[in-house]
Amino acid sequence: MDFLNSHLLSLILFIPAVAAVVMFFLPKDEVKLLRWFAFVASLIPFALSVYLWIQFKPDAAGFQFQEQYAWYAAIGSSLHLGVDGLSLTMVLLTTLLTPLALLASFSVSDRVKPYLMLFLFLETGMLGVFMAVDLLIFFVFWEIGLVPMYFLINQWGSANRNYASLKFMIYTMGGSLGLLLGIQLLGALFGTFDLATIIAKWTSAQGSLLGFPIATVKDVVFWGFVIAFAVKVPIWPFHTWLPDAHTEAPTAGSMLLAGVLLKLGAYGFLRLVLPLYPEQAKAYAPALALLATAAIVFGAFASFAQKDFKRLVAYSSVNHMGFVVLGIAAAAMASGTADARIAMNGAILQMFNHGLSAAGMFFLVGVIYERTHTRNLDEFGGLFPLVPIYGGILIFTSMASLGLPGLNGFVSEFLVVRGSYPLLTPYTAISMLGLLFTGAYILKGISKVLHGPMNEHWAHGEHKLTEINTREIIVMAPLMTLILIIGIWPAWILDVINKAVMHLF
Amino acid sequence: MAFPVLSVIVFTPAVAAIILLMIPAQRKTEARAVALAAATFALLLSLWVYIQYLTQHMTGYQFVEQYGWLPALGISLHFGVDGMSAPLVLLTGVVMFTGVLISWGEFDEKSHRSAGIQDRPREFFAFLFILASGVFGVFASLDLFMLFFFYEIAVFPMYLLIVIWGWIQTREYAAMKLTLYLFIGSVVALVGVLAMYWTAGQSTGVYSFDMLQLEKAGFSASFQNLWFLPVFFGFAVLGGIWPFHNWSPDGHVAAPTAVSMFHAGVLMKLGAFAALRVGIMLLPEGAQHWSWLIMLCAAVAVVYGAFIAFVQTDLKYMIGFSSVSHMGLVMLGLSTLNQNGLTGAGVQMFSHGIMTALFFAVTGMIYDRSHTRQIPELGGMNKVMPFAAIGFIIGGLVSMGMPGFSGFVAEFPIFLGVWQSQWLVAVIASISIIVTAAYIMINIRKVFFGNMPEKLQGHMTDITVLDKVAITTLCLLMIGMGLFPSLIVPMVQTGVTHILHLLGVA
Repeated sequence: MDFLNSHLLSLILFIPAVAAVVMFFLPKDEVKLLRWFAFVASLIPFALSVYLWIQFKPDAAGFQFQEQYAWYAAIGSSLHLGVDGLSLTMVLLTTLLTPLALLASFSVSDRVKPYLMLFLFLETGMLGVFMAVDLLIFFVFWEIGLVPMYFLINQWGSANRNYASLKFMIYTMGGSLGLLLGIQLLGALFGTFDLATIIAKWTSAQGSLLGFPIATVKDVVFWGFVIAFAVKVPIWPFHTWLPDAHTEAPTAGSMLLAGVLLKLGAYGFLRLVLPLYPEQAKAYAPALALLATAAIVFGAFASFAQKDFKRLVAYSSVNHMGFVVLGIAAAAMASGTADARIAMNGAILQMFNHGLSAAGMFFLVGVIYERTHTRNLDEFGGLFPLVPIYGGILIFTSMASLGLPGLNGFVSEFLVVRGSYPLLTPYTAISMLGLLFTGAYILKGISKVLHGPMNEHWAHGEHKLTEINTREIIVMAPLMTLILIIGIWPAWILDVINKAVMHLF
Repeated sequence: MAFPVLSVIVFTPAVAAIILLMIPAQRKTEARAVALAAATFALLLSLWVYIQYLTQHMTGYQFVEQYGWLPALGISLHFGVDGMSAPLVLLTGVVMFTGVLISWGEFDEKSHRSAGIQDRPREFFAFLFILASGVFGVFASLDLFMLFFFYEIAVFPMYLLIVIWGWIQTREYAAMKLTLYLFIGSVVALVGVLAMYWTAGQSTGVYSFDMLQLEKAGFSASFQNLWFLPVFFGFAVLGGIWPFHNWSPDGHVAAPTAVSMFHAGVLMKLGAFAALRVGIMLLPEGAQHWSWLIMLCAAVAVVYGAFIAFVQTDLKYMIGFSSVSHMGLVMLGLSTLNQNGLTGAGVQMFSHGIMTALFFAVTGMIYDRSHTRQIPELGGMNKVMPFAAIGFIIGGLVSMGMPGFSGFVAEFPIFLGVWQSQWLVAVIASISIIVTAAYIMINIRKVFFGNMPEKLQGHMTDITVLDKVAITTLCLLMIGMGLFPSLIVPMVQTGVTHILHLLGVA
């Protein structure tokens, strides 16, 4: 037990990668074995993170379960892991969604082994970002996660996958260039990458740097960081890679892309941008809020205009992540006030909630696509009588996305709006109008698929639509349960988040 | 007396070359077996040296041996390795070993496939090994004359290897271009070397080529400023420094696979290493005076090389120009003259050597089967040679500087060093990261995925077991050093400490 407690984070982090390496040596034709092996291997980190959640002490400040190993001593970087309430929430989300994504992938039959291995590597990459307490380690995992995702889209994606995967890669790497240079600057300046040390030294830095006043340098580096994370979130106008990548990715890839990868960007804002650049964040908060509002409004409009079901859901991510950024902007604006904390709570909870509902929505799109081989909304219609269970699940998940009171989305969006209204009134007001269109596109999606005159093509013969199967229901069950629980009784998770926010900001 | 491990490493390939030439020409398998045995032996010894140096936490020059050679002129056979050169000795051993493995070759009547070297393998391996002896000699020499001697030995067999076994369409042109470039470079450097010899002799009264002596010669600032450029650039031509790089992609393309591996993997390091050892370490003030010029050339090489690689349609040219870009990073690291930059340069030399050897090996495997290197004429290779595809992808990730692989471990300190010296150059050089990522990813997709062109279907076969051993060896090294930088970095740092001492900054 002692070993478990003292190595909990590294176990959660590396078990998926080790499992992937083990899989390399398994026979590639034993598809069933491979699937179950990967699935079970991803359940272990989940079980461990539930244990982590139980063991976690929300009242204590700072990082818990810290582990530190020598890594790159020559330049002052070490494998330093730790979690606080903020990262714990994200770790739980990641370890929950990965097994579900793997379970969702049981229907993939093309080159199963590398496919599953990439997912496991991806999980390690994502978890590393959330656990890193060292700036260089943060960047290492930040970049590593790109590779498996690139190949998942490029190899198992749909028709336009080459374009989409390269765009995803180049956008994210190009966006990260400023982050990389910023990290290099900080590392060269302080000779260490330890996050706490860097934050302390950087925020108190005075005088001039590289021949410029320090404030100017900070402004420039601030935007370097912001753009890197803005691309990932994504914030309008850096979002254009997202609809392509999401649409072309295989179903499980979209689940993790929307469920977890987008959160990496928002997490970057919370973990790095706000602590490192409190003044700049405050000064530029209105600009950030403007972009967030644009994301919310344009995301909703764009979503409404889509004919492709998956693109509709993809643009809804832009719309929903806009609220996360709005909350962050509000919190940056008035750090330390009650309003800011409420907004921040909302933003973090919204990250978790969007992870659940977006993963669910993408999975449901995948379920119907697998049966019909089309995502064109005009080719569906009136399917509810054919697939009543699927229809019920789709409506339930859509309602969570829409923000129906009683389900999780309402809680977090309300908190964001409540927190940011006094601070950023015009932006919040416009964003709330944007919510109206959120309702519109969600209802459009549901009605195009489930209601209206039935498309007889799917009713008879070889094209007859089959009902959602047990495995698929099992994928949805944990998501729906959490959606409902957080909607009705959010205290269990908000308690952890709120205490983390109190400590941090 | 201790076992003279360095001289054994240096002369093993030369002795093997002589043995090879005594084997009857038609006994190809025996010739190959002798080559493999010698390469394995050299690899094990260089690995032993490396591990000893690392685990014993050695510093300074170790495994030193000295034998009088021409005492009247102050020339001796003086060997020793420090933290900078020990990894390069290992690199040479690895490239030699894997080069022999992938050249083993077999002829398949049915598919008309002739992988590896079919034509006169005996002579091929003999020349390759003479080259290897020269390379080992340069890395291990502590005597300037001997360094030069081995340097020339390493360059000359290259000409024969390319002109006899090279790609038939350009081999004469490329071999001639390469040899002339390198000879001109080395002649210019030689003049500088002799100037050092005479000047040091006149001021101290002891005429010696011993570099440990020359380090203490205390050349005047004006002397150093005058001679640094000829010496540094003379050697750096072999390191592919811009604007003297354009022999290099031509040479890579024309050379047979194992020679390309040696050429890009090891020979280019020879240039960078000699430029460091003779230029920067013996003329430190000159280096400080001219570092801006090296940095400028290096930065151009990094960015320009990446863009030129991007537009190539020949797989080997693409790798050739990516080597120019990556060796530019080595030069960039050297030009910073600070701890981080020099450390990064040392690690990058090793990392790039392994990576590019892997690239050329896989390219050769594809070419042997498809008889084309034109990227548009390739495709779907993943289906027939998945192992080679994985190897190439890992090499690609190293090339992109992806964290978790050795390229990141090497490039990051270089950039840190540049930030500490000229921040604007770091910003400009970082453009290459995106360009590199783009061309690597695009070309991996075009060559290994998608549909195989009809022309190639049925002709392609999987790679051999020996090929797989070679790929595995190279990949494990890159991943190992990427995950555990402490396998190489502390060692390089000890070498850097000495350089910084000479530069008077530590």
